[in-house]
Amino acid sequence: MSEELFPEPEWLSEEVKTGTTIIAVTFDGGVVLGSDSRVSAGESVVNRVMNKLSPLHDKIYCALSGSAADAQTIAEIVNYQLDVHIGHSEDDPLVCSAATLVKNISYKYKEELSAHLIVAGWDRKKGGQVYATLNGLLSRQPFAIGGSGSFYINGFVDAEYRKNMTKRESQEFVVNALTLAMGRDGSSGGVAYVVTIDKDGAEEKCVLGNELPKFFDE
Amino acid sequence: MHFTVVFSGLSGVCDRLRQARVRTPAAGSFSNVVSVKMATVLQFPASVSTFNNYNDLYPDWTQREVSTGTTIMAVEFEGGVVIGADSRTTTGAYIANRVTDKLTPIHERIFCCRSGSAADTQAIADAVTYQLGFHSIELDEAPLVQTAASLFREMCYRYREELMAGIIVAGWDPRRGGQVYTVPVGGMMTRQPVSVGGSGSSYIYGYVDSNYRAGMSKEECLKFTAEALTLAMERDGSSGGVVRLAVISEQGVERQVILGNQLPKFSTV
Repeated sequence: MSEELFPEPEWLSEEVKTGTTIIAVTFDGGVVLGSDSRVSAGESVVNRVMNKLSPLHDKIYCALSGSAADAQTIAEIVNYQLDVHIGHSEDDPLVCSAATLVKNISYKYKEELSAHLIVAGWDRKKGGQVYATLNGLLSRQPFAIGGSGSFYINGFVDAEYRKNMTKRESQEFVVNALTLAMGRDGSSGGVAYVVTIDKDGAEEKCVLGNELPKFFDE
Repeated sequence: MHFTVVFSGLSGVCDRLRQARVRTPAAGSFSNVVSVKMATVLQFPASVSTFNNYNDLYPDWTQREVSTGTTIMAVEFEGGVVIGADSRTTTGAYIANRVTDKLTPIHERIFCCRSGSAADTQAIADAVTYQLGFHSIELDEAPLVQTAASLFREMCYRYREELMAGIIVAGWDPRRGGQVYTVPVGGMMTRQPVSVGGSGSSYIYGYVDSNYRAGMSKEECLKFTAEALTLAMERDGSSGGVVRLAVISEQGVERQVILGNQLPKFSTV
């Protein structure tokens, strides 16, 4: 029957996407990663508390955006490949290695996949680093933003980012950027997850909705 | 090259467009390219009519509508408004005019910022200027900004299927002071203390949300607008050129231009 009395809701057939905002920033001594927590399928929010910051190793995390399935799978595969790569060696892997592994998968399967991962972490050789791997490129940057919500904060991050911020300032910068993006992008929202990585390890934090900063129109 | 555009089913302001002839873009001016979604037939001169695949032989801009892919902005302050716009008009990837003036006077102390199709917004602005002028003579006093905004809204909503126009109306009147009204694509109207529009506006929502404060002075508003427009112009391919600003207040209108090398600089751009 082509006509139904109660047509199937769109979100049953829509791919699950993490329409998202993700951001990673280097500071003097490490990196801060941030993400929102909304996963949508069409207009329905299927998960409002998803943590999109996924560990690849102790001091290397990646931020997921795009298709939820694709992004999670890439993260899991790279997690495994990184363990194989270091083998039994004592040293921590380089952030560049993790980013290259992500880039290799993103590039090889770029026609089939639609996910953008930002890889960030700390290693002994180069300190805090952020790598963008959109569409299979590999680019080291002082900071990177991604996801549908990132369009709205391009101007904000261009204006407000300064080199060599302190840890506190970077965390505030990340939370502000996420809040502004969540305020304008319908596919981003929920809570803000923030992970800070420095030589001592990774610290995860969750900033709840009512603790987020408020701007002039609220 | 001259070509004629054929389309059907319009009335009112669109009647004027029916007779328009399309000219190729000349430096420093708009070409009167008109287009209607899904109802445009372009006839090329006989010598090239046999070619149906234009992809490689003819540049992209001969087949695309002229649009003000744009960034426009308006901010209210105590005693008036500050409005600003970039200056780029594109036909596809070709910049038809790199010094466009998108801040159009509608009345002595009422301006509109235009984004979307260049032809549509020019035509609407002309029609509203006429209607508002007539209304103001009837009343024998300065028209309200809200009246101008309503006229824009009427037209944009009535012809919403044919038009592609996003307009910000801003000005000063004696009754309510400085006001900004936004009439985006589709034809709704709302008053806002600060409003951005055009393709480049997406990139600066975050910046505007975080930096706007109520009660800014005129100089602060000018700086805020210039910085926001600069950031958008850096990120949006369809915005660029110079920044045009205007301040509208009880004293009248002051216009300025900030050239490319004088734009504010940010550490990452």
